[in-house]
Amino acid sequence: MTERMTGSQALIRALEEVGVDTVFGIPGGAILPAYDPLFDSQKIRHILVRHEQGAGHAAQGYAQATGRVGVCMATSGPGATNLVTPIADAYMDSVPIVAITGQVASGAIGTDAFQEADISGITMPITKHNFLVTDPSEIGRTIAEAFHIASTGRPGPVLVDISKDALQNETDFIWPQPMQLPGYRPVTRPHAKQVREAARLLVEAKRPVLYVGGGVLKAHAAGELRALAELTGAPVVTTLMAKGALPDSHPLHMGMPGMHGSVGAVGALQRADLLIALGARFDDRVTGRLDSFATGAKIVHADIDPAEISKNRHADVPIVGDARDVLTDLVNAVRAEHAAGRKGDYEDWWRQLNAWRETYPLGYDQPEDGSLAPQYAIERIGKVVGPDALYVAGVGQHQMWTAQFIGYENPGSFINSGGLGTMGFAVPAAMGAKRGRPDTPVWAIDGDGCFQMTNQELATCAIEGIPIKVAVINNGNLGMVRQWQTLFYDGRYSNTDLQSRRIPDFVKLAEAYGCVGLRCDNADDVDATIAKAMEINDVPVVIDFVVHQDAMVWPMVAAGTGNDEIKIARDMAPDWENGD
Amino acid sequence: MSRHTLSVLVENKPGILARVASLFSRRGFNIDSLAVGTTEHPDISRMTIVVNVEELPLEQVTKQLNKLVNVIKIVELDPSASVQRELVLIKVRADAETRSQVLETVQLFRAKVVDVATDAVTVEATGSRDKLEALIRVLEPFGIKELVQSGMVAIGRGARSITDRSLRAIERSA
Repeated sequence: MTERMTGSQALIRALEEVGVDTVFGIPGGAILPAYDPLFDSQKIRHILVRHEQGAGHAAQGYAQATGRVGVCMATSGPGATNLVTPIADAYMDSVPIVAITGQVASGAIGTDAFQEADISGITMPITKHNFLVTDPSEIGRTIAEAFHIASTGRPGPVLVDISKDALQNETDFIWPQPMQLPGYRPVTRPHAKQVREAARLLVEAKRPVLYVGGGVLKAHAAGELRALAELTGAPVVTTLMAKGALPDSHPLHMGMPGMHGSVGAVGALQRADLLIALGARFDDRVTGRLDSFATGAKIVHADIDPAEISKNRHADVPIVGDARDVLTDLVNAVRAEHAAGRKGDYEDWWRQLNAWRETYPLGYDQPEDGSLAPQYAIERIGKVVGPDALYVAGVGQHQMWTAQFIGYENPGSFINSGGLGTMGFAVPAAMGAKRGRPDTPVWAIDGDGCFQMTNQELATCAIEGIPIKVAVINNGNLGMVRQWQTLFYDGRYSNTDLQSRRIPDFVKLAEAYGCVGLRCDNADDVDATIAKAMEINDVPVVIDFVVHQDAMVWPMVAAGTGNDEIKIARDMAPDWENGD
Repeated sequence: MSRHTLSVLVENKPGILARVASLFSRRGFNIDSLAVGTTEHPDISRMTIVVNVEELPLEQVTKQLNKLVNVIKIVELDPSASVQRELVLIKVRADAETRSQVLETVQLFRAKVVDVATDAVTVEATGSRDKLEALIRVLEPFGIKELVQSGMVAIGRGARSITDRSLRAIERSA
């Protein structure tokens, strides 16, 4: 198919051809030509956001909720630089998004023109790949390549910067266009010999753990993971990025490892003699001090990105491949071991694991002054709303409690900013998720600090008909920072008191944005408030949960210490030999 | 630490040098020397990168480089199985009194004089790093006024080419 058209028309046509149905963005000078044919598109709905950062996080939320590539669009200069945070966030969490930015006309590039910023240079270290297009004939092929790169292999953000003249000039639009990516060949099929070796180690191990990361969700391999776990009887831990890969209620699930993981999950990793890491990257928030992490364990490390393997911890058995293929092959290899009469015996291991699990369950104290425990509000949202909703968190204490207390039963039901830790992620990401899955209830669980960074997108949600729920866990403080000040800075609360139980009034703010605002400040009203929010489906709902300001996230492995030094409360360490 | 020579075939596209250089700096890898130029194929450039790292970080360097979409192929060239050369231009003080000694040194190293002035000569030499370092050491007492050195370029010994298969990949994708 060849047709004469402008670069802008070619851009919109190419986006339609790759299956885009939603673009989050804001127009401006350099990208303006693209917005004209976008106006006419029957296939693409453009959501006009209030800040480009919102567009970027919305594209991330859309991508994580649907498994498809999320798209955001902005103009040159400040429009593009406002996308930097979500692009960096998508890079850290391997979220497939394509960011399209306008650039000043090619003749003006390098002259410090109005609204010029070298966004391809700026985003080089935080994109999987990026393009600067100055020739309209390259727009179609570049879009095809951008979507291919974003969505295959280890997913990630791709930026396409297009000069204004390339958008304005005419070209022959050809579709489909063959891609020209001679250096891009992601490996997805695991090496059979390595998989057999992993299976052999697994049946020989006495204390194995399946250490599951976000790659398992991205590969849509929850079913295969469950099959492996149930076939072997090996315990499973799921990282922050992998919540829901195995249901939290599953008896083989030991919970989340890491800085705020459960004692059972952290202890399992530390005392294991074999870790099978699947789509995980030995992040410092999981390992604590590397030199004291799982010192007795052999490592099988399966990941689609070869550079992750042995990056932080040496892998005894490296496996490069898609998590779903790895798990499928591993299940078959373990079956072969079983058929040959070799089966793992983890009975002693489970005696130990169950003792930890029973002695140190996740929990929290009710505040003595009768105020609302933030964990309780979050726990009740999980119970009342149920496991079929999507939960989106910001970053901080509320994020950890949302990971700990919702109760995830379905893969992909928890969306958050794990690697970059971007405050303000929740509201726009929830907006994107709801746009991608309009029939699924989407709850943003946010902190009062986070909420004040990006709540302008409530206007977008109200106007565009995207009825998300936002539960603001309002302790009036930058809670996680305050917790660290309590523990490590002698209670000197330097600049963490936001006073957001007073200013702004979140209920009025919600109403100003055309949303329904509710407030709840005691445990007795929590369920009724949640139920009331669930009844409202035509506009977004914001609940201001006014909670106790001194609640802390436990357990905790302090930064810079080893996992063995996990505390279950202030100055309280678990007794590792307990129940053995 | 040990020195490793990497031959990196890349697509001949704008920005690729910046991509490689910024990757090294942000991952904390040190580049000893870097040379980039065209190859027998107009769509492929070749970088010769010398890095000073242990085995394990070297594996990270090559894996991270491989993730760059414009990088087609990376080969580590073993010094014993490859020809490795650098070029140096040295402006040496040489008046009537010392000129003959300087020229003698130049001849001993099979270097050549490419420019002569009344009180200086400019010497061009190619060779391995060791040879060039030795030359510089010997010329030093005469007074080195200026010195410029290229990055190392290297090519494997024998008839095999590291570009053959990559060219086929390029042709397939075109």
